[in-house]
Parts: sequence; structure tokens; C-alpha cells
Amino acid sequence: MTQLSGGLIDRGRTIRFRFDGKDYQGHPGDTLASALLANGVTLMGRSFKYHRPRGVFSAGSEEPNALVELRTGARREPNTRATVVELFDGLEASSQNRWPSLKHDFMAVNDLFANFFAAGFYYKTFMWPRAFWEKIYEPAIRKAAGLGSLSFQADPDAYDKGFLHCDLLVIGGGAAGLAAALTAGRAGARVILADEDFRLGGRLLAETHLLDGAPATRWIDRVQAELDSLPNVRVMTRTTVWGAFDHGVYGAVERVSDHLPDPNGAVRQTLWRITAQRTVLAAGATERHIPFANNDRPGVMLAGAVRAYANRWAALPDGPVAIFTNNDDGHRTALDLAEKGVTIAGVVDARPDARSLGRYQLFAGGMVTDTKGRHGLTRIEVAQNGQTTWLDCGALGVSGGWNPNVHIASHHRGRPVWDDGLQAFVPGEGGPVGLSAAGAAAGQGATGAALASGAAVAQAALAAIGVDAALPDLPQAESEFTAPHPVWHVPGKGRAWVDFQNDVTVKDVKLAHQENLRPVEHLKRWTTLGMATDQGKTANVTALAVMAELTGQSIQNTGTTIFRPPYTPVSMSVLGGGDTGANFRPRRLTPTHKWAKAQGAVFIEVGQWMRAQYFPRPGETTWRQTVDREVLATRKGVGICDVTTLGKVDVQGADAAEFLDRIYANAMKSLKVGMVRYGLMLREDGHACDDGTCARLADDHYVVTTTTAQAGPVYRHMEYARQCLWPELDVQLISTTDAWAQIAIAGPNARKLLERVVDGVDLSNEAFPIMACASLTVCQGLRARLFRISFSGELAYELAVPARYGNALIQRLIEVGADLGAVPYGTEALGVMRIERAMPQATS
Amino acid sequence: MLIPHPLLGLRDAQEFTYLGDARLIDRPNGMAENAAEAFHDYVYLRDNPAGVHRELWFHEQGDRSWLIVTRDTTTHEILGAELARDVALTRRGALSEGGAQA
Repeated sequence: MTQLSGGLIDRGRTIRFRFDGKDYQGHPGDTLASALLANGVTLMGRSFKYHRPRGVFSAGSEEPNALVELRTGARREPNTRATVVELFDGLEASSQNRWPSLKHDFMAVNDLFANFFAAGFYYKTFMWPRAFWEKIYEPAIRKAAGLGSLSFQADPDAYDKGFLHCDLLVIGGGAAGLAAALTAGRAGARVILADEDFRLGGRLLAETHLLDGAPATRWIDRVQAELDSLPNVRVMTRTTVWGAFDHGVYGAVERVSDHLPDPNGAVRQTLWRITAQRTVLAAGATERHIPFANNDRPGVMLAGAVRAYANRWAALPDGPVAIFTNNDDGHRTALDLAEKGVTIAGVVDARPDARSLGRYQLFAGGMVTDTKGRHGLTRIEVAQNGQTTWLDCGALGVSGGWNPNVHIASHHRGRPVWDDGLQAFVPGEGGPVGLSAAGAAAGQGATGAALASGAAVAQAALAAIGVDAALPDLPQAESEFTAPHPVWHVPGKGRAWVDFQNDVTVKDVKLAHQENLRPVEHLKRWTTLGMATDQGKTANVTALAVMAELTGQSIQNTGTTIFRPPYTPVSMSVLGGGDTGANFRPRRLTPTHKWAKAQGAVFIEVGQWMRAQYFPRPGETTWRQTVDREVLATRKGVGICDVTTLGKVDVQGADAAEFLDRIYANAMKSLKVGMVRYGLMLREDGHACDDGTCARLADDHYVVTTTTAQAGPVYRHMEYARQCLWPELDVQLISTTDAWAQIAIAGPNARKLLERVVDGVDLSNEAFPIMACASLTVCQGLRARLFRISFSGELAYELAVPARYGNALIQRLIEVGADLGAVPYGTEALGVMRIERAMPQATS
Repeated sequence: MLIPHPLLGLRDAQEFTYLGDARLIDRPNGMAENAAEAFHDYVYLRDNPAGVHRELWFHEQGDRSWLIVTRDTTTHEILGAELARDVALTRRGALSEGGAQA
């Protein structure tokens, strides 16, 4: 390990962590990747297909290689990027896709057969016999190739979701984002500033540029303090805005306690739905590399990442550092490292006219053509003017220019456009409404330009919503920028990786071209380029530039694949936002639930409702015994059942009869007051859609019931008919399903039992015949509705009381009916009785 | 998505249930001579335009009003929302006036 001074880590405190069973130490401010580098660990993973040894490649969320499993047991999380894992005390991580160990991976034998595993290999080879694909080939391939594995246990952590609203959402807290937030914050606009990192500053944290002659962190701290002091500004670190949705809605995930050893009951992550009037995308840029033979050894990294590890985390792989670049930015890494006393093995610059910017060996017009080192880089081969030399080095920083992070601007089918001057794709037309890009995300990557662009774009965005904002005083900063020289890969025989995560090489791109899979979307699917956790952030543009070279088309015409959310992986748990298990959907309890539970009822889910299925008694060993008893008791004496879940709609108005006549297939206008009629509802195409009863309580007052499952849809349909089809009718509707507890009383003793609770109403067959209904009172003054309807063919009634009296009513009925043999029965007995009477079962 | 409810202001689309083409409110007269044909068209034939579309949304988790929302199906831009009842009544008025003139 190369020990460096400085860095934004707190050396006063030590953090202990484990990687692959070995103990290490790091400091607050470290990521897992920086701490591993500082401990001399460069081998961090194995590649997807060939199981090649891989080390960390980047210093951010674009990381293709350093994927690890985090934590143990039920908290195990596969495929986390070591580059964005904030170090915490007791962190346990392990490498994945290797067996038995990272250094000795049995499946590395795949690498010897690499010629067989070229793009499209699986599609071409495992075609026959057809039935083998699903059962044999695919499982075997999935096992051999791949990423981390799941714990297969329930996620023990809590998640939450929330809603936020703002005038201006600023995505990214680097130079441009901070300038934008400051501009809007001072103007009094409601601002949300979100950044995926745990510290504000973005790329400024990785650079040594001075702002107003002082380290950038001083300006960052000052701006952060001011933003924190403004009540109209909300700064959200550890928050990734991962997608743009319709009407200015953005999805964001805040990692609330991912950086703690154990959330300890607190929410682990929160899913935010942010509604923003305007948005500034200040997401920065991602460096691209230049593929050359054997460019995937641990130690080969992005030049900007090498610089970030040195400057921000004071960590570097062992040995001298070499640079391969096609632009001036690569030289900056050499300069920063030389300043820190690191030996520079040489700067290989593909530009024939490259100038040296410091004291190091320059290979102008040179290319890196090969590398050596089994588990970590030891040497690189440099070709210059037809000569080749080998240089010893422990790390190679590669810079092929920077790709603006156009992702969020390219959701909603926004298409990035190629800028020849910048040699990069910048956000184009048609992206999310109200979003504009600033800073490096818009191709304004030099610090001074990024600051100015952030402020100006925010000012314009606010003007569009009627907020006047003044440009803030911005610090003096460098503003140098040179576009990269278009060198997209180093020609040669060896395998040159374009997409590290999916093991896609320049050869695979050539093969796709040869097999006429040339459009970028085909290229992606045929080679798997740009898939999986990194979505090709360090690979896509390079690959399509290689394809453009092969087809002779321009890069603009070659185009990019469609950008889709999420920007970085989002866990299913946080998308669920805590709505799991019992919280997955609302659970509705009947008014008699408490009583039924006390009776030991077994419940069954019916849609959202929990209904009593049967009421076991001591000595009954099977449900069948219980149900048989309930059926016989009902047939001989009287059974009592909660039927509240059936939908109820109250229909009132002068035209109520006319309305129901039109709603039902059968007539309801002719129904006499005080009577009930069965009703059948049809869809417009004539299919039966629901049935129930319709009771006429007064000339202008009906109560209709629906099936349990269709209560919502039927009410919706009735409102539709009332508002959209026949608005001229004088009729009002309200759903009263939850307002009335309804209890069925069935069996030969039903009338006797009822006579004991109703207040002075003649229930004789003559006075209250089949299908009669009435509003009355029970239990000395409680208002109620009584219907003589039978669900199971017995002498039966349904008695409704205001919902809050349901629990008391069922108790009273059982009590006063004890000598009549009154027993409760559940949905199971109800079904049995209906079947025995050859009545249709509910289709729900 | 946000829907500008004429009475309640901007509401999240999650509060609503979608039905379909707003032309469903023009239900044919079942007693008319060509009713079978008219109902065939009404029940089975729908336009599926790429662009501006008027459609019925029900504010189920809200005030239970049916809205006619004008939406661009290619961009999801919402160009307006009216109470379906008002639209239906206006149409009825226009139709009966037309009828009176005829």
C-alpha cells in the first residue's frame, strides 16, 4: 500500500471491518473500496463470465468490478459497490462469484475457453434439445456466471416512504449543484438538494483545485452552512435521485442508516417521491476508459479515480503509477500524484502532439498495448513509434475523456446529442419537462464553468416559475478544458474489455457487427453490454463509438440505447416502502371481529376482509367436525353469521326507482315499499357482473347490496352511471358497507330469537313475509333494519345495526338465544348450506 | 402523475381509477331503431390515439367524482380536467336544443 498524507478522512478515529474473513482498519470518511486500497487489497472481485480477477475501477456509483456482498445472515445484500459503501464499525463484506476463494477461483477455467464464450455463445449453443434450456442449460449457466447471492431470508429492516414538494430540485451537490442551490435558496425558493454521496462537494472533493485560493472544502463548508441555515432549503446527502416520472415527480432513495452497523429499529432507507416545479440536473460526469489488451487487471483504473483515491482518501495501490490518456485531464492525475511524492512510471498520451505538463516521462502518440500481473498489475507494455517498452507499475490510470451523466435528462425518451467539440453526449431535447442540466452533466466540466452554469441554469429555471433570483458571488476557479482526442480503443489481438461487469470485449462488439446486430439496442442484447448493476456507465459510449467506427456511421447517428430508471440499483424492499406482510394492503375487520376472536374463530381472508371461517369448540379436532356441527345446529335451531362484508349502497332521491331500473337487468320501480327483490347487474356486453338484493325502505329510498368482492367496482359503476350517463336524474348514492353491521339469523328458531330483540314489531309470516324489510328498533331503541332474506334457504333474516353496535348485538343474540340453540357459524358452513340447497356459490 | 381536479386542485393520480375513452358518456339510446349497431360500436370500438385523448378518471380515494381528463398519450401531459357530470349535462342541453330546432 502507498501511504499518502492528507485526504478527507478522520485519522483520529479507527473503524474495524472484515473482508473475506480478514480483519482490517479504516477511518471515518472512507468507503469500503478506499479502505481496502489503503490496506493493500487490490483484488476485490471476479468477473461475470470469465471469472477474471478484478480490482476497483472507479471511485463512484459507476463501479463495474468491485461488487461485494455486505453484512451476513438475513441482512446480507449482494452486489453492493464497494466504492459507495460508507465504512462503518463492524462492517462485514465478502467477495462474490468465486469458489473456493477470491484468489483461487475454480471457475476461472472459463477464461481458458474464452473463445467459446464470445457474444451470443449461449444463444447459438444451447438450442437443442429445446426442453433442456429451462431445466438444464439455463440453471447451469446461471450458476457458473453471475453476481452475488440472496440470503433467502425475509429482510429484517424497516423501510419508509415519503412525499416532498419543492420549487427547485437540484440533483447533485458538486460545484454546479451547490451554486444552483445557493442561487435558489437565497431567492427564497423551496429547494431540495440531493446528493448520492455522504459528503457534499461532488468531484471537488477529489480534486486539488483551489477556490478563491483556498482548498475547495472551505467553500463547500461555507455554502453548506448557509444552506443549512435557510429554512426553505433541504439538503439531503446519501440520497440518490434515480428516476424522473411524469409531471415533475422524481424518485429518490435516502440511505438513512445504511452507514450504521445496525439500523437498530430505525428506518434503513426511505423512498421519496419528490414533486418539483423545476429541476436542475447537476449529476456531474463519468470518466470513460480506452480499451486495450488485458486492460482488466486489478490496478487498471480510471485516471480520475486514481486521483480521487489519492486526494480524497489518501490511498493508492502499491508501486509506481502510469497514466494512459487521450486528453489533458489524465496528466492532472500524474501532477497530483507527483505532488504527493508518488513515482510516475510514465504518461502515455495517444495524442501525437501531446505536451508534458510536469516532470514525468511522456510517451506522446503512445498506446498501452498489453499488461502483466496475475492478481494485480505489475507491468504495462507501451507502443510508441513502432517501438514497444515494458514499464513496471502497480497502477495504471486510464482517461478517455468524460461522459456527462445525462441519464435523468434522458428519461422520458429524451435523446442525448453528440457534441463534436466536447467529444461527448450532452442532454438533448425531449427529456423530463422542467428539467435542465448544468455543470459537467451539461458538458461544462471545468470548475469555473460548472459553478457559473449551476447558478445561471438555476436562475433561468426560477424565472420560468416567476421567482427572481440574483446570481451569487462565486469563487475564482480554474476553467481549463481540452476535449479528448478521439481514440476509442487500442487495436490489437488480445482481449480488450469494454464492459468489465459483463465481460464484453472489443472483439464481441466486432462479432456483433459481423453478425449484423449493429443497432445499439441489438448490440446491447446480443453482447449483454451495459446490463446489470452498473448499466454500462463506464462502457456504453465507448462501445457504441467502436460500433460507429465499424459501420462508418457517425456517433450521433449510432446513438445511445434508451435510458431508463433506476440510475443506480434500488432495492425491492425500499420500493415496497415498508408495505410488507400485514402492511401489504389494508386489512378490514368486521364489526364482530373482536367477539369472534374471543370465541376462538379461525379467520379467512376475503379480499381485504378477515372473516370468521368457523368457530372450533374444545374437542373438535378437524375443521370438518366444526363445520358439520355449525350446519346441523343452524338447520335444527338457529345460526348466527356476520355478513357485513357484503357491499351496501344507499340510494335516495326522487328518481331512485328510475335509476335502479336502469342499473339492474330486472325491474325495481315496481318493487313495493317494505319489500326486497333479488337484482342482477349486467355489463354493457351482457355478461352478468354482480348480483345482490335491493330493498325499498321508502318511495325515494332504496338500499342495495353487492357481493363482497364487487362492492368497490359496483359502487364505482353506479357513480359512473349517475354522473356520466344520467346526470339529469335526481338521485344520490353513498356506500354504507362500513356504516352498518349486518348479521344473518338463520334456522327454524330464527323468528323466535328475533322476537326477543326487536321492539314491538309483528314478525309473523303474514305481517313480515318472505322478502319483507323494515326500519325498526331493537334492544329497546337501537335503530335497525330487518330484511327477511335467506342466503342458505332456511327461515332467515338479516338484521342491520349501526356498525359500532355489531359486536354487542351478536353477543346479545347468542345470549338470549341460548335455549334456542343459537350458535355462530362461519363462511365455511355458509358455503356448505348453499351447496346443499343447490344455490350458486359466489364467484368471488 | 398529477391531475388538476376542478374542485380540489392538483391531486396525485394514485388517488384515481382509470376507465377509458370519455366518449363512453355518449351512451346510445337502447330503444332506437339502430340500437344493436350503435351498441356494438359503443361497446367494442375504441380509438387509441397517439396524442390528445379525453378519458374518464374516477376520484375513488377522494371526492368520488368522475372527471374527464384531457391527456396527451405520448407525453402524459395533462391539458385539463372537467367534472364529467358538467360535460354530460352540457351535452344533453346541446342535444335537446338541437332537437328542439329540428
